[in-house]
Amino acid sequence: MENERSSLIAWLQAGPMMLVFAAFFLLPLVSVAIVSAWNYNEYEMLPAFSFRGYTDTFEGCISGLPDLCTILKTYAKTIKLCFLTWAITLLVGFTIAYFLAFHVRSRTWQIMLSLLCTIPFWTSNVIRMIAWIPLLGRNGIVNQGLIDVGLIKLPLDWLLFSEFSVVLAFVHLFTFFMVVPIFNSMIRIDTKLIEAAYDAGASGFQTLVNVIIPLAKPGIVIGSIFVITIVMGDFVTIGVMGGQQIASAGKIIETRLNALQFPAAAANAVILLGITIVIISALTRLVDVRREL
Amino acid sequence: MGDKRPKSFYFLAAFFVAYVLFLYGPMFAIYILSFQGPEGGLTFPMNGVSLHWFRKVFEGNGIVDIGAAFKRSLALGVVVMLVTVVLSVAAGMAFRKGFAGASVLFYTAIASLIMPSIVTSLGIALEFRLVDDLMINHGADLGLGWLSEGWTTAMGLFTSGLGAHLTWTLPFGLLIMFAIFNRFDGRLEEAARDLGATPWQSFRHVVLPIILPSVVGIGLFGFTLSWDELARSSQAIGSVNTLPLDLQGLTTTVTKPDIYALGTITSSVSFVVIFVALGMMKLLQARQMRHGSDAGKGLV
Repeated sequence: MENERSSLIAWLQAGPMMLVFAAFFLLPLVSVAIVSAWNYNEYEMLPAFSFRGYTDTFEGCISGLPDLCTILKTYAKTIKLCFLTWAITLLVGFTIAYFLAFHVRSRTWQIMLSLLCTIPFWTSNVIRMIAWIPLLGRNGIVNQGLIDVGLIKLPLDWLLFSEFSVVLAFVHLFTFFMVVPIFNSMIRIDTKLIEAAYDAGASGFQTLVNVIIPLAKPGIVIGSIFVITIVMGDFVTIGVMGGQQIASAGKIIETRLNALQFPAAAANAVILLGITIVIISALTRLVDVRREL
Repeated sequence: MGDKRPKSFYFLAAFFVAYVLFLYGPMFAIYILSFQGPEGGLTFPMNGVSLHWFRKVFEGNGIVDIGAAFKRSLALGVVVMLVTVVLSVAAGMAFRKGFAGASVLFYTAIASLIMPSIVTSLGIALEFRLVDDLMINHGADLGLGWLSEGWTTAMGLFTSGLGAHLTWTLPFGLLIMFAIFNRFDGRLEEAARDLGATPWQSFRHVVLPIILPSVVGIGLFGFTLSWDELARSSQAIGSVNTLPLDLQGLTTTVTKPDIYALGTITSSVSFVVIFVALGMMKLLQARQMRHGSDAGKGLV
């Protein structure tokens, strides 16, 4: 009796959140799946079964061989940007987390410095993108500085609205998602283990590779999942920092939507989701996410 | 691991400082540039100092109504914050008791967190479009004529827009609740129960005061993430725009520092909220320290 009441209360407490996810997350995903298999004309979707959304997406992929078709080129570019961002955020994020976890000794300082890294996350991404314009533009500080020093004669064009600026902005915006989980894994490492490694004669580097990295692996995997899923689906950063000139998996969906080709947009979303799920499930093989909270 | 700092410390400290400069430098560059003189451009050097560009933002530049977008974003942010706090705390309490479907809810929240935003946004847009089509074409057949009469769309700031934001803020709220309760001493609740407290009394007088600083943290995430949200809102907000959407639209059209002024205004709201929230958390923690435990103080 007591137990039944308690579980009824738990249901009432968790119910509202479940309803929100059902209405605004699960049902939308179902809608995407259904609409992706509908037909469409120039201005509306037609509720009749058709794989046109998919076939249109891969149009010319076979006849155009050996050249890559648009969709495959776009995915290749997205994956390349994703990989670069992942590698850099991992390197930077790991180093920052390592410093915070092992070199900052007082708890107060640890909290203060973590906050310092977190505060930008609570401010606007768009503003943090725009913020690069005065630095990287043709007349920006970087180009002016390089010209003044005499290293270059003409301003560098590739600093802004390029793949370089896209990756730079990704690193700027999303390294936070690496720092937090890796730091979280690191502060749980028993410092006695590290002392034991030193006592056993391990060098700093050996300790890092054989003790710290394996124990920080859950954090590394969680951070990687965050960064990869964000970058794979991104269309805002690539749009703003790429000067609306660079194609990406997310931007295809946006373009199709703006053209009111809903089934094609949905088909692209299904493809994006499929690829993302493959990457994530490969990563989660390596770690049990739930145990890490 | 002696007391003397190893050489690596200084190297890593320098790296950390560089990272912080990298984080904040560009932001502060545009805050400074937003005070350009009327003749100033998008880059340094400063061409005089003035509030000219802020005045321009408030006057409106004819493209978008910034004031209205500001109010919409503020209202939505507050609602998202309140809903996130209430739903997260409630669900967090449920997870402590355990319930059938707990792991389903947990994994749904994680999936919602890492789902590419464009997919969520598209999904909500399609879902509402399907509902609209159903109401317009078949509303009368379903006996809903009274409702479907003159139906245009169910999409809006506080329907699809609110939902889109919640798919982003609720997972953060839930994860923070998990973090809180992982460090929570359950014996406090048992003690309250042994002393005859009802579940509500034990929550209100024992649990809530202890977790309150972190609950403020959930509110902070709820508001700031909504205030700056862009990707999930993009397709799911209906006919009106939020402030970040307008700001993104301006990036392609505006070539004057008024976009920086707008950035400074938007960021000021974020910073005020952040510092008020952090201040509240600090105060609440200090109060806990004062009133909290009398263990070890002996009998008075």
